Amino acid sequence: MLDHSPARLHRLDAEPQGRTEGGGPEVSSFTLDNGLEVVVIPDRRVPVATHMVWYRNGSADDPMGQSGIAHFLEHLMFKGTDQHPAGEFSKVVSSLGGQENAFTSFDYTAYFQRVAKEHLGTMMHYEADRMANLLLEESVVAPERDVVLEERRMRVETDPSAQLSEAMAASLFVHHPYGIPIIGWMHEIEGLNRDHALSYYRRFYTPENAILVVAGDVTEDEVHRLADGTYGRVAPRGERPVRFRPREPEPRAARHIAVADPKVEQPTLQRLYLVPSCRTATDRDCYALDLLAEVLGGGPTSYLYRKLVLERGIAVNAGAWYMTSAMEDTRFSVYAVPAQGVSLQALEETVDEVLRTALAEAFDADAVERAKTRLVAETIYSTDSQSSLARIYGSALAIGDTIADVQRWPQEIERVMKADLVAAAERYLIPRRSVTGYLQKSA
Amino acid sequence: MATATIETLSTSPTKVKALTSAQGVEAWHVESDVVPLIAVAFTFEGGSAQDPAAKPGVAQMLSRLLDEGAGPYGSDAFQERLAARAIELSFNAGNDAIGGSLKTLVKHADEAFELLRLALAEPRFDDDAVERVRAQTIAGLRYQQNDPGVMATRRFFAEGFGGHPYGNPTSGTIESVASITRDDLVALHRAVIARGRAKIAVVGAIGESRLSGLLDGVFGGLPEAAPLKSVAPVVLRNRGERVIVDLDVPQSVIRFGTEGVPIRDKDFIPAFVLNHILGGGAFTSRLFQEVREKRGLAYSVGTSLVSYRAAAMTWGYTATKNERVAECLDVISAEMNRLKTDGPTDEELQKAKDYLTGSYALGFDTSTKIAHTLTQLNFEGLGIDYIGRRNSLVAAVTQDDVRRAAERTLGDGRMLVVIAGRPSF
Repeated sequence: MLDHSPARLHRLDAEPQGRTEGGGPEVSSFTLDNGLEVVVIPDRRVPVATHMVWYRNGSADDPMGQSGIAHFLEHLMFKGTDQHPAGEFSKVVSSLGGQENAFTSFDYTAYFQRVAKEHLGTMMHYEADRMANLLLEESVVAPERDVVLEERRMRVETDPSAQLSEAMAASLFVHHPYGIPIIGWMHEIEGLNRDHALSYYRRFYTPENAILVVAGDVTEDEVHRLADGTYGRVAPRGERPVRFRPREPEPRAARHIAVADPKVEQPTLQRLYLVPSCRTATDRDCYALDLLAEVLGGGPTSYLYRKLVLERGIAVNAGAWYMTSAMEDTRFSVYAVPAQGVSLQALEETVDEVLRTALAEAFDADAVERAKTRLVAETIYSTDSQSSLARIYGSALAIGDTIADVQRWPQEIERVMKADLVAAAERYLIPRRSVTGYLQKSA
Repeated sequence: MATATIETLSTSPTKVKALTSAQGVEAWHVESDVVPLIAVAFTFEGGSAQDPAAKPGVAQMLSRLLDEGAGPYGSDAFQERLAARAIELSFNAGNDAIGGSLKTLVKHADEAFELLRLALAEPRFDDDAVERVRAQTIAGLRYQQNDPGVMATRRFFAEGFGGHPYGNPTSGTIESVASITRDDLVALHRAVIARGRAKIAVVGAIGESRLSGLLDGVFGGLPEAAPLKSVAPVVLRNRGERVIVDLDVPQSVIRFGTEGVPIRDKDFIPAFVLNHILGGGAFTSRLFQEVREKRGLAYSVGTSLVSYRAAAMTWGYTATKNERVAECLDVISAEMNRLKTDGPTDEELQKAKDYLTGSYALGFDTSTKIAHTLTQLNFEGLGIDYIGRRNSLVAAVTQDDVRRAAERTLGDGRMLVVIAGRPSF
């Protein structure tokens, strides 16, 4: 239901997307006989459990011509099984005082409930049931497709800035499916049907492809026992489904695009660069990029904000973010909102000039230290939230990272040197890796 | 149904203690040393309803300027002190209050509380900061100017509370924000950020005696409060009206509202249970089932109870393609009438109470959320024992209570409806 769309990051008030891995709790993991991986995160402050199942498939695994199927299926997963008709699971969650939802991203799809810990076994029963026994009666498919079409109208069709975000991603990724929106293109959603959903379901919803994450006032033994009696009964398929992901070619062309719409009263400038993720970086570039985004554009003490907003007054806001969590090459964004009367062309020239001077000026010891402090503190703050921890570990494992990767992230950030920042900026923040987007009023 | 009861929580908000510092600052305090952080939430009575009549937006601009330079530090120096220790400080303005929150690692608590003191007691309102925040606010207003959701909400409040301060947008208008002066900001700061006006809650790894000293430092030196401008009670106007805000978009955003009951009213809890059945957060509500599940009319649909100091209402939201607006509104009206006429089934009522009592604990899962909830309860005057009592209040709600609440909130079925889009009727 909840579409984990990064498009929202492009909003005027967007915060940079930091990676908030925590190194705190004693996380344990094991694998069931049928291949299902399990992670247990203790949090004994409250007698509550967060129960999440992550599938290693997201919108970037949608078959050609069926964009949006991962997200559509996520909606349809609430439509009942042989044993439990449509709506029963939600009614049970609700009557137990629990909360639930689900979300789809590029690389994964996840379902979760938060309940009093004594109901964990019940949640596992229902979640394991819909891993294998989804019914999908024809009568529920058409109204739910209408729901998704309304969701797309709400998120994109009525919002020019979301349309620019989609167009920029489509332009940045010339070959990789990260260029296709998670929710799908309107005309392809309209064509999605029961057969598409079922064949996608049969391919990906298997124990080998799933990760169970339980955070809360639970022990590993307890989770193991409950999982064996529920998920453990789902028949294995023998192997994990293959995700075919084409590699993005080396970019050659600096691209400029614009969305012009009569509704736009406040223009904005957006820039995306194609950069490696932690999964594709050959060295430690992804940590440098994490820190680079924070130094250049993480809040009001960042280099971009100080130069463009405080010193030059050419922008009213400016910042940067790095979408670090991704299986393949990913995006690094720089954005700015022009001051009254400043053209997007003039702003873009200044942004480029400031990005050039950043190499010599932005990485003084204080600024780097401040950025490290903030990133590392976020990992401590995240341990205050059971559901944040569950999401951090679940998303990491779903893209192929390990628990150890998550836990050593703060140390990796501490190790980044000024020279690494300069090298990352010089290597990746260059025109041929970029798409520049203008959101402007149509004449 | 067995459910998590608040009483068993170890970072339990029922372990909240009322603390009075040496200088008489009062706060609600939950001590918990599991995570090495401290979360503070506070709220000062007096929000955008205190804006000068022709200048909506002062309270919000004030809230945005408190951390833009204070005491010896200009804006950039102040922000640098926050960032260097990863101290998170933010302020916000609502209709009735200016509030904020502070989050810090325990090891930086002294610096964090000192920066909070400066922000509250000695904001500078330097010219460059005022102009920058003004420009940012206006840019934000322009950015949202043709957003159907924002347009529908603004128009709803303008129609529902026209002529009353609640009818004005908290963020102001492009014209009003342009006209706000430094004197407006200084005057509102003096009126609102005062001793005795603040409700404060602190959750985290800090003991009572140290906290008491820190609170004295922040709040003890604030000036005494002078009376605020009184805000007249108001009821939702223009019920029965249907207003269209024309916008060339394929989907219409709909806001609808009817009467409500205030949070301190004896019928609030029954109305709250009723609202859960009608359009509350879960996938099980009647509107969710009828509008979304059965008919695919919308992605989101729901209702909530709104309680301000001087007004209360039940209001709802949805968005559907232009061609189906009439159908969607018919379904919503029919469900509201059916619920008012027939009431919920006994099973529905029981399930709603089970959900609301069982899920209450889920809202207390982070220190920040606990601090905010405590502050809100204190602000509403519900008492420090409320968290412990609240589930029994919900559990005690009867069919008669819900019928009475339905009479008062759904009433005659006449709603104010605002539609932003290009609906085809």
